[in-house]
Amino acid sequence: MTPVTGDSLKELEALAKRVRRHIVEMTAAARCGHPGGSLSCVDILVALYCHTLRHDPQNPQWPDRDRFILSKGHAAPAVYAVMAECGYLPVEELTTLRKLGSRLEGHMVAGRPPGVEMTSGSLGMGLSFSLGQTLAARLDGKDYRVYCLLGDGDLNEGQTWEAAMASAHHQVDNLTAVIDYNRIQNDGFSDYSRYEDKSRPQRMGGWVNEEGHTVNIMGLQPLEEKWRAFGWQVLETDGHDLSALIETLEKAKGTKGRPTVIIAHTVKGKGVSFMENNPAFHGKAPTPEQAEKALAELA
Amino acid sequence: MTTKAAATREALGPTLIRLRRQGLDIVVVDADLGSSTTAREFGKVFPERFFAVGVAEQNMVNVAAGLAATGKTVFISTFAVFAPGRCFDQIRLGIAQPRLNVKLVGSHAGIITGEDGASAHAIDDLSLMLSLPGFRVIVPADVVEAEQAIEVAARTSGPFYVRCVRPKIPIIYDEGYKFQLGKAHLIRPGKDVTVMAIGVMVWKALEAAELLAAEGIDCRVLNMSSLKPLDVEAVLAAARETGAIVTAEDHLVHGGLASVVAQTLALHQPTPMAFIGMQDQYAVSGRWDQLLEHYGLSAEKIAEAARSVVARKKG
Repeated sequence: MTPVTGDSLKELEALAKRVRRHIVEMTAAARCGHPGGSLSCVDILVALYCHTLRHDPQNPQWPDRDRFILSKGHAAPAVYAVMAECGYLPVEELTTLRKLGSRLEGHMVAGRPPGVEMTSGSLGMGLSFSLGQTLAARLDGKDYRVYCLLGDGDLNEGQTWEAAMASAHHQVDNLTAVIDYNRIQNDGFSDYSRYEDKSRPQRMGGWVNEEGHTVNIMGLQPLEEKWRAFGWQVLETDGHDLSALIETLEKAKGTKGRPTVIIAHTVKGKGVSFMENNPAFHGKAPTPEQAEKALAELA
Repeated sequence: MTTKAAATREALGPTLIRLRRQGLDIVVVDADLGSSTTAREFGKVFPERFFAVGVAEQNMVNVAAGLAATGKTVFISTFAVFAPGRCFDQIRLGIAQPRLNVKLVGSHAGIITGEDGASAHAIDDLSLMLSLPGFRVIVPADVVEAEQAIEVAARTSGPFYVRCVRPKIPIIYDEGYKFQLGKAHLIRPGKDVTVMAIGVMVWKALEAAELLAAEGIDCRVLNMSSLKPLDVEAVLAAARETGAIVTAEDHLVHGGLASVVAQTLALHQPTPMAFIGMQDQYAVSGRWDQLLEHYGLSAEKIAEAARSVVARKKG
């Protein structure tokens, strides 16, 4: 493969910044939504939609297309925004997010707009659906690949591990899972890695800090060993380095006999200083003033 | 009535094999109960179309959804306590909302699963499945009807729930019978009272009608196997023509047959009713025929209920 460098990399980075602006504008216009986990997976989505995926926005039902499955359904704004930049829908439509009559529902609904593969919004289901699609490809003798994006919360759900076990058992090498590993979820911090208060003991059950965020909700470490033990090839990358992401996604394609998981280390709220690593913006839209500040940072 | 008996679950594997041989694009996802639901029969003949996922019902449902999204007709089956019981959210979001072409066969439903006890008795599965917009819900009364219901489910696009049972129950229908989606089947005409029944209780309703006939009460028996879509016309005709209704089901009286019939009549034609079924309780272990007697799911109790609604009608 040709590494993505120079001007083409700059173009992708500019596109990623536009997507981040869209996310801020969309959630601000809706006055609700999930900006934090949307911003954290932007670069993963740009790498997928603008480089890795074999797809045709003019023909979303193309039977041989690669499939992208969003398991962390609350990141819908990010997917809509990247799809708009690819031509699946007009960019102007993005700010209809969550409004009555819009195709862009709060969590994604299959076929709305065409190109959305799966209904999501309840965590833990995406990897199972992806496995079903890879098995269909095998049965039909097709060479499309399936990509599934998971978040920390997805990895709390037991079903994800049912699917992980079954995917390795069925040796589906046309499956790549990508983990948007930002270590923050609805109530707060997944573990102590992104929030450490030396004045307090590290309790197994966690604690609620002064800002009202739970610390140590459900630790996922050692994550790499977990996936390896389930029979997967495990690759790790900086989830905000487009060049590294693309290279890692390409590497996954060449692996035979087992599925690949890419642990993409990310920052929740990436790109907006006051949203970065801040659980408050998991499920809260920016106010008009905050949106203005965010857009200035993303100019 | 013939004395031959068979379990409705026995229809699943052989019917799927026949339909695949006729060219239907059927695949099966199985959660380690295929020997019990008989879905494994299909896997023996078409191993490449049979996907085992282990004892993981939630995964089974969404894997089925992924396969169905590529255009396949996907059958999943396990004990009804596990699906829908264990994975209702997966069924709702993964199958019902996108209206995918997945057919769930809930086997070993009702207290007639017997000795395994309450953990194995699905008595709330119809309540769950009837609450899902777009799902069709069928409860075959015997193995002949089960085979036809499975075929209709396979040939009709969209999600289906077919409820099957473990024990061998009497075969009511001969090969000339034809199941129709959305139609109740009039098994026995009658003008004094109507018993509407599903599953094993259709047989009990026919026995009850015999008891009532001996007393001069002319009892109509309707097999309500197509629970959703419901045959509203047949329900209203029964109310109009007999003026008294008893429902009978091996399920809680909340959320199943009793509820949908009562709701229909409340809206169009309020009629004296009585409900035979599980009354807000769980059953215990026991032989299936003993359990039916113990919990009042019997011909005698149906007849008793019929007498009471006839009296209320006259009252």
